[in-house]
Amino acid sequence: MSFLIQAQELAPGGTRRSFIGKSGLLLSGAAIALLAGQDALAAKGAASDATSDARILNTALGAELEAIAAYQVGAESGLLQKPALDLALTFQGHHKAHADILSQTIAKLGGKPVSAKKEYRFPTDKLKTQADVLGFAAMLEKGAVSAYLGAVPLFDNRDLAKAAASILGDEAMHWAVLRNALGQAPVPSAFMV
Amino acid sequence: MLTGAALVLAAGLAAAKDAVPAGDVRAGEAVYSRCLACHALAYDRTGPRHCGLFGRRAGSVKGFPYSEAMKRSNIIWNEKTLDLFLANPTKMVPGTAMGYAGIPDKKERADLIAYLKHANESAECGK
Repeated sequence: MSFLIQAQELAPGGTRRSFIGKSGLLLSGAAIALLAGQDALAAKGAASDATSDARILNTALGAELEAIAAYQVGAESGLLQKPALDLALTFQGHHKAHADILSQTIAKLGGKPVSAKKEYRFPTDKLKTQADVLGFAAMLEKGAVSAYLGAVPLFDNRDLAKAAASILGDEAMHWAVLRNALGQAPVPSAFMV
Repeated sequence: MLTGAALVLAAGLAAAKDAVPAGDVRAGEAVYSRCLACHALAYDRTGPRHCGLFGRRAGSVKGFPYSEAMKRSNIIWNEKTLDLFLANPTKMVPGTAMGYAGIPDKKERADLIAYLKHANESAECGK
């Protein structure tokens, strides 16, 4: 099972039967209300919560799409040599996976997923060496970890919070590996902020 | 009953209590690293640019796709409004696209604001 999405649970218009049928997931407040027979209250709450959650996910999706483009610029720069190039492509693949699942989830929640921009702006004039590219990637990954850390407490749906935390963990690993490749302490502190 | 002088003093004390403390630019730069998944100083990304922030009306960077909530917020960015927003963005502007829980530590917010003010006077922001 995907760690993230079961469409019927997240869609505001999902039926009680489909909701109950997927009993393997943690129950949100809305789900508990549904099971208790408070369908109208649950439906109202679910729609509002879903809108808020979709908004948070869309911001995350925008950042993921930019990260994919950033790794593409790095990969095509000619500055990355193996194994750094392989790392960059692997991490780009992770971001693509994040973006795919975020996009699907936003749609399930009734939102409209943002699309990749036609053009992204990156500080390419400052990227002259492999270390510059890896350092830029590390900066983006650290920012992404902080962004997810700031988003996790805001989700109304605890399954989405769990999923965001899963992505956070992946991006924290990216950051640590990139720091290690740069000869820096891979995990510089006990806590992320 | 308060005299005029006492009222002035009381008002001054109240203002001091609400004032954003002086921040440390270097510490603020470290705090700003948390913003770098979405923001840059000089250009728009997932979030809008921060050059030109102070004195700018929220939701007014031309061409940036703000949320309706931010466009309608009527906020003018300054030390005080930034401090309030950064403490809890979704509370100050419900519906903002900035899905971030905020920076609860007042000193960290002051440091970040000090860094943003410093950066706004730098060459990167065309100064």
